[in-house]
Amino acid sequence: MNLRRFSLIGVPYLWLVLFFLAPFLIVLKISLSDYAVSIPPYTPTLDVFGGWASISDFFSKLDFDTFKFLTTDDLYWKAYLSSLQIAVVATLITLSVGFPIAYGMARAPEEWRATLMMLVILPFWTSFLIRVYSWMGILGKEGFLNGALLWLGIIDDPLTILNTNVAVYIGIVYTYLPFMILPIYATLDKLDVSLLEAAEDLGCTRTSAFWLVTAPMSRPGIIAGCFLVFIPALGEFVIPSLLGGSGTLMIGKVLWEEFSSNRDWPVASAVAIILLLILIIPIILFQKNQERQAEADQ
Amino acid sequence: MRRFSWFNATSLTLGFAFLYIPMILLVIYSFNGGRNVAVWGGFSTKWYGELVKNEAFLDAALVTLKVGLMSSTLATILGTMAAYVLVRGGKFYGRTLFSGAIYAPLVMPEVITGLSLLLLFIAVGLDRSVTTIVLAHTTFSMCYVSVVVSSRLVSFDQSLEEAALDLGCTPFDAFKSVTLPIIAPAVISGWLLAFTLSLDDLVIASFVSGPSSTTLPIKIWSAVRLGVSPEINALSTIMIGIVTVGVLIAAFMNKRAVVQRQKDEQKAAAA
Repeated sequence: MNLRRFSLIGVPYLWLVLFFLAPFLIVLKISLSDYAVSIPPYTPTLDVFGGWASISDFFSKLDFDTFKFLTTDDLYWKAYLSSLQIAVVATLITLSVGFPIAYGMARAPEEWRATLMMLVILPFWTSFLIRVYSWMGILGKEGFLNGALLWLGIIDDPLTILNTNVAVYIGIVYTYLPFMILPIYATLDKLDVSLLEAAEDLGCTRTSAFWLVTAPMSRPGIIAGCFLVFIPALGEFVIPSLLGGSGTLMIGKVLWEEFSSNRDWPVASAVAIILLLILIIPIILFQKNQERQAEADQ
Repeated sequence: MRRFSWFNATSLTLGFAFLYIPMILLVIYSFNGGRNVAVWGGFSTKWYGELVKNEAFLDAALVTLKVGLMSSTLATILGTMAAYVLVRGGKFYGRTLFSGAIYAPLVMPEVITGLSLLLLFIAVGLDRSVTTIVLAHTTFSMCYVSVVVSSRLVSFDQSLEEAALDLGCTPFDAFKSVTLPIIAPAVISGWLLAFTLSLDDLVIASFVSGPSSTTLPIKIWSAVRLGVSPEINALSTIMIGIVTVGVLIAAFMNKRAVVQRQKDEQKAAAA
């Protein structure tokens, strides 16, 4: 019995320690190491079998030089700032696109709702990469969008959208839209209609009833949706690489290039550690919001 | 809610057009006979022919399926265990760390997960192969499985389990004959989610795969980095088709199960 309980807890626990926590400590360790032209490309390396002397020698050689280096080079803090900016703006656009859709779904006739839900979730099951890729054919110089605008006579010369930040925004809004719609729809669906009727009976116009009742009541869903878009968008790699241009600076892309092209493992690890530190705040806020909502539901 | 207004109808129409037009264009233009990907050159299935002849894609698809089947099965076993521990496990040493480690991978940027796993594999001297991809995919998808399964575990009546134990079941028998049938739908959707996540993953697989273990997303990625390719349009169409059929079947079966349950309830009420 006790052995059973022990293995039930132990097996998934051990797996997570081995493949989630241990890798993490290795990243931390390498971020405190220095770049070196060797295999592996950093120093010092830990020799656990070399006795106590080699272990203490290893720890004394760890330092924050790589982190100091990150502050001296413009590229890194600019990449963090521009990732933050892109993620914030994209989240706000996704909210303004997603809210009306969720609102429409919540007001749609009862018998449509299951189908509408399925239509929101369906893109989610199709490949993320393909959904991003589909915009390359639309936004390119000879793409469908330019073709349509030229044919309609709205523009005379094709617009450059692909390989700019605009394309990155479109990509993020498109791929993360279901994450925004679903939590907002969940709160709007639960909204008590009699509250709106009461507000109107008491002299509210439809618009003011919306702002005084619907908007505040859907706040937990809006907050959840915003975090669900913001958090993955911040570390996004595929979208800026496919749709963005050489001027698009996002930290996920920088990390990838440091690691694979420059082979600078300490810098890549340090970039990862700082990205995590930035993400901790929104993640904690998100968790708090979810807990509050769960309490309110009970 | 209330009256369905013109504003609602417009936002739904535009919203779903935005969600679906890119994929519809992709599907239509995969049947385009011309070389130029944005100009219609007549109906043709020649890109599907090219695709079938391209053995690299077929190999990559096989690797992807193998990785997906293995990692999602492992992830479902581990994730269900983890969910059971979290919901029914009571107190044990390091519980906070455990639940943190379950939820963290859900919000972890893929580049960090990929980087850290690769550094681990290098540190322990494990060559990059199908095995390393399976290990990586199992780790992040078991967390999704555990979230799906634990939400089901939380919501079902624990007294059923207790009754089975009172009637002489061993804990394992009680799990097998009471708990498992009840949580089965959640376990199945957890498996499907893990499988989809594995098929879909590009970033983590790019870090931890070796030259002999290219997955389909990696293959697609290297093909589309240079621009739109008609072969990839054909491949995308096949993938979209499989997913659509799968989701429709799932929705149909789900609906039938709901109807069946309603009938059963009516019968029970009448009896």
